[in-house]
Amino acid sequence: MLTLEGVDAGYGRVQVLRGLSFEARAGEVTCVMGRNGAGKTTMLRAIMGQVAVTSGRIRLDGAALEGLAPHRIPQLGIGHVPQGRRLFGPLTVAENLEIGLMTRGRGSRTRERVLELFPRLRERLDQAASTLSGGEQQMLAIGRALCLEPKLLLLDEPTEGLQPSMIALIRDTVRRLRGMGVAVVLVEQRIEAVLDLADRVAFVETGRVALTLPAADLSPAAPQFARYVGV
Amino acid sequence: MDFGPFLLLAVMEGLVGAAVLALTASGLSLVFGVLRVVNVAHGEFFMLGAVAAWFVSQWVPGPPALAFAVALVACPLLVAGLAALADRLVLKRLAYEPEATIIATIGLLYILQQAALTLYGPEARPVPPPFEARLQLPWFGWSGYKLFVIGAAGAVLAGLWLLLARSRIGLVMRATQIDRETATAFGIDVDRVYAGTFALGAALAAIAAVLIVPIQQAHYLMGGDPLLLSFIVVVIGGLGSLRGTLVAALLIGVSDGVISTFFEPTLAKILATLLVALVLVFRPQGLFGARA
Ligand SMILES: Nc1ncnc2c1ncn2[C@@H]1O[C@H](COP(=O)(O)OP(=O)(O)OP(=O)(O)O)[C@@H](O)[C@H]1O
Ligand SMILES: [Mg+2]
Repeated sequence: MLTLEGVDAGYGRVQVLRGLSFEARAGEVTCVMGRNGAGKTTMLRAIMGQVAVTSGRIRLDGAALEGLAPHRIPQLGIGHVPQGRRLFGPLTVAENLEIGLMTRGRGSRTRERVLELFPRLRERLDQAASTLSGGEQQMLAIGRALCLEPKLLLLDEPTEGLQPSMIALIRDTVRRLRGMGVAVVLVEQRIEAVLDLADRVAFVETGRVALTLPAADLSPAAPQFARYVGV
Repeated sequence: MDFGPFLLLAVMEGLVGAAVLALTASGLSLVFGVLRVVNVAHGEFFMLGAVAAWFVSQWVPGPPALAFAVALVACPLLVAGLAALADRLVLKRLAYEPEATIIATIGLLYILQQAALTLYGPEARPVPPPFEARLQLPWFGWSGYKLFVIGAAGAVLAGLWLLLARSRIGLVMRATQIDRETATAFGIDVDRVYAGTFALGAALAAIAAVLIVPIQQAHYLMGGDPLLLSFIVVVIGGLGSLRGTLVAALLIGVSDGVISTFFEPTLAKILATLLVALVLVFRPQGLFGARA
């Protein structure tokens, strides 16, 4: 589905990704772990065309993403739930969803499905996104990305700062998407969440993927967690 | 004339100015809001609209109403096209850098002004109004055309509001204004939104100019006042707030009319500038702007 090969990317003259290679497969959840500043967010941003990729290849089902105009990338079916949510705060819930629907020309059927997934959003359609609670905002960020019916969903620490019931809901959603054949890339720092959800785990260190393992090979006490995440 | 009717006349004159100012300033405000570009050449788009309207009045035969109707459509389109070109050739290349675009639009101001001087000349030329009608009030008669200007400006502004608040184009513009990177991550072509918004802002100034030339002649230096007043209005109303822009345009336009009638136009400008200074000191985000 998605492959990165030897990707160098950074901000201006600051290089962050150094020869990063990564793969995400349809119907699988690939978790990305690594210390703060390792480059996890930057990797997702490189896929979205938001940071300059100076060398390497990024392919979605064989199509080259690097060098594509950034607004074309989501149109290929990539949904992005960025770190910190990045909702359009002054816009209403309905308008935020509308932006997602417009990305690939989806209509009311898609919108209905998203609202069935997150009924709380339906009660707040006319409310400004910035006035939602943290959990509701995260639902909206995910809902907005699902509005483009992505085949690849990039989630950057979606459960950061949420209460357990909300985390459970988001995990359920991820599982459901996997069942529907979506390729999910999930940046997640909590070991038990990773072990619960992941099919494969990629450990990022100083701008490259140092190791990728099947989740089945990892236990809560696995030394890789201490080594790459520092827990 | 008694004081009451005299005041009424002053307010009505002020409303004409306010209507035209609201159009011009909302263009400036829109461009600043979405692109974060302070367009110093905005007044020149106004001037180009007026000058183009004069050319149209010369070229289009038949009754003045026909030439006026043609000008009202063609001049804003022409100016919008020029603005889109300026966006491509200048602003985009500067990556919409706030400081760089101020300098660049100052340059654009002189280029457009000198181009108008060369092609149009230094004369001030009148454009005939589309119709001659008088509105007879008990105390004085008033130009029916001025009433039309107020109505037309109101209609355009209502259309602008509908576009921004109710249409998909407006939603895309607002999303881009809030967060251009996230907008891009949802398939919005920010370059196109910027070019379109810059063109729309210029077109609003051009519409204002086409409306005003039958009252105030076309001249290659006429862009200065609308630019200054638009800045005043945008600062008072709050940068990027359309509602604030409209309220401030009404305030400045009407008080300008009243003070100019009873005292001096210069005093009106001095007071408006003083008001800007006060707003900047006590409410830098403007009367309606969100706190930055
Ligand atoms: N806009 C930027 N300009 C310059 N450097 C940046 C920028 N954004 C991030 N960086 C740098 O890139 C490096 C990687 O950052 P990134 O956000 O990708 O890390 P991360 O793995 O997502 O960390 P976290 O776990 O804290 O979210 C960091 O050293 C950071 O300082
Ligand atoms: Mg991060």
